[in-house]
Amino acid sequence: MRIAVCVKQVPDTWAEKQLSGGDSTLDRESADGVMNELDEYAVEESLKLVEAHGGEVVVVSMGPERAAETVRKALSMGADAGIHLVGEGFHGSDAVATSYALAEVVGGRGFDLVVFGSESTDARMSVVPAMVAERLGWAQLTFAQKVDVAGSEVTIERATEDGVSTVTASMPAVVSVVEKINEPRYPSFKGIMAAKKKPVETLDAAGAGLDDAKLGASAAWSVVEDFAARPPKAAGTVVADDGEGGVRIAGFLAEQKFI
Amino acid sequence: MGEVLVLVEQADGAVKKVTLELVTLARRLGEPSAVWVGPGADDAAMATLGEYGAATVYVAGEAALVDHPVAPAAEVLAQLVAERSPVAVLLASTADGKEVAGRLAVRTDSGVITDAVEVSADLVATQSVFGGSTVVHSKVTHGTPIITVRGNAVAPEPAPATPTRVDVSVALSDAATKAAITGRSAVVKDGRPELTEAAIVVSGGRGVGSAEGFGVIEALADSLGAAVGASRAATDAGWYPHQFQVGQTGKTVSPQLYIANGISGAIQHRAGMQTSKTIVVVNKDPEAPIFELADYGVVGDLFQVVPQLTDEITKRRG
Repeated sequence: MRIAVCVKQVPDTWAEKQLSGGDSTLDRESADGVMNELDEYAVEESLKLVEAHGGEVVVVSMGPERAAETVRKALSMGADAGIHLVGEGFHGSDAVATSYALAEVVGGRGFDLVVFGSESTDARMSVVPAMVAERLGWAQLTFAQKVDVAGSEVTIERATEDGVSTVTASMPAVVSVVEKINEPRYPSFKGIMAAKKKPVETLDAAGAGLDDAKLGASAAWSVVEDFAARPPKAAGTVVADDGEGGVRIAGFLAEQKFI
Repeated sequence: MGEVLVLVEQADGAVKKVTLELVTLARRLGEPSAVWVGPGADDAAMATLGEYGAATVYVAGEAALVDHPVAPAAEVLAQLVAERSPVAVLLASTADGKEVAGRLAVRTDSGVITDAVEVSADLVATQSVFGGSTVVHSKVTHGTPIITVRGNAVAPEPAPATPTRVDVSVALSDAATKAAITGRSAVVKDGRPELTEAAIVVSGGRGVGSAEGFGVIEALADSLGAAVGASRAATDAGWYPHQFQVGQTGKTVSPQLYIANGISGAIQHRAGMQTSKTIVVVNKDPEAPIFELADYGVVGDLFQVVPQLTDEITKRRG
């Protein structure tokens, strides 16, 4: 089976994030870039499926020059090849445009599965996998905490607020995975060395056969009107427990009409 | 006034609280029309939606619509958008709500905004991003504004109306039926409110120390009628089920009251609870960054403070 796994470079999960003053897009320079954590689970699941059923894993990423590091990381974990969509034309793309680019690039290449992490830690929208499924007309098997492939069928356990449902479809299909589906492997030294020799296609919008008019900030269908740092919270009252800490909190809660 | 479509979220035929919040919000933007997808739209459900001001309830009631995830609701809404030209579509910021919003945006060539905490009459959405550190105002500039709204963003306010029921039939596309739901298991009901909907959340972290330790957290939650949450340290350690994780890779909550016990307050956790209205902290480390968010904090051993608090609440409530 052939799997495309889509990964995103995001600011380090532990870093403070901010927007740039000029165009209200994420300031990607102010923090270290790392692979979106949930995408590591997507890479791991893709590798496990190919280990069990044969085939290859192609990592796909859309992002600035340095997102090449994230493509390389997936290759060092074991993916076979990479596609990096990069160029000024992509900057400022919203979810609608991102799903257009990804669907166009993965759609015509004979993949059986396109695998995503269920959410990015920066934008946190969780909409792109569903949008890509809609565009491709493929089955949507998202928020998976378990993925099983048998013949041409894929079955997942979809985990949401409402519980867990079992969802089945024939391939090709779009899958997104949640945390806890697996334990992502660390790249081995051998993997890191091997990754340097693996092929990565670097494509700009024209190279990928994409319509410029559907990409970038000018094609974004939602705009940020303004933004501001949340005003710092007024300092609260902090007391040391003198043996009556619980009673004191109850007093505060009563004052605030919670009890 | 134009129509505002609200996708109803329900559990076993009962309308969820977040939907009543959305109908309340929709009244400020136009005339609220609820959209029910699947069976179960009985008189009681109509009455509940009417009580909060739904003028119309569109019912796509075929049982087959709930045999496939996400896509059918998007196609029902897309058909209504084409027929009714609503001023906006509102959905809950749940996994299903967001995915329906995404597919609907593609189908209707529209912009989509997720996780709004407020929507103004001119359809400017307020979002609280990067773990609540930045407040953003955004607007959809193309097509029909599709906005998902977080639970607890607005208080549901009754405004009794008698809704007109309009049954709609939808021919699903082949693509929408490709994924089939073959089994369901509901979240084990523990009698507590749903984490993202709860008015009060009581959470435990690394300081709780063990699965058994969560007993004191649950007891406090139950004394307040609250939901229980956990930090990633606690869920990763296996002390509490993963579905209750609050934080950047878990649930985002914004309750009236959040009580953080034995949680240091790394950005990972703050990202999921920073916008809570009132925050109470119990932690033995006075340097824990979570105290920066506290409206009221006690530096002390949670196994002393929390049971005492539970007893005191029980006593005061008589």
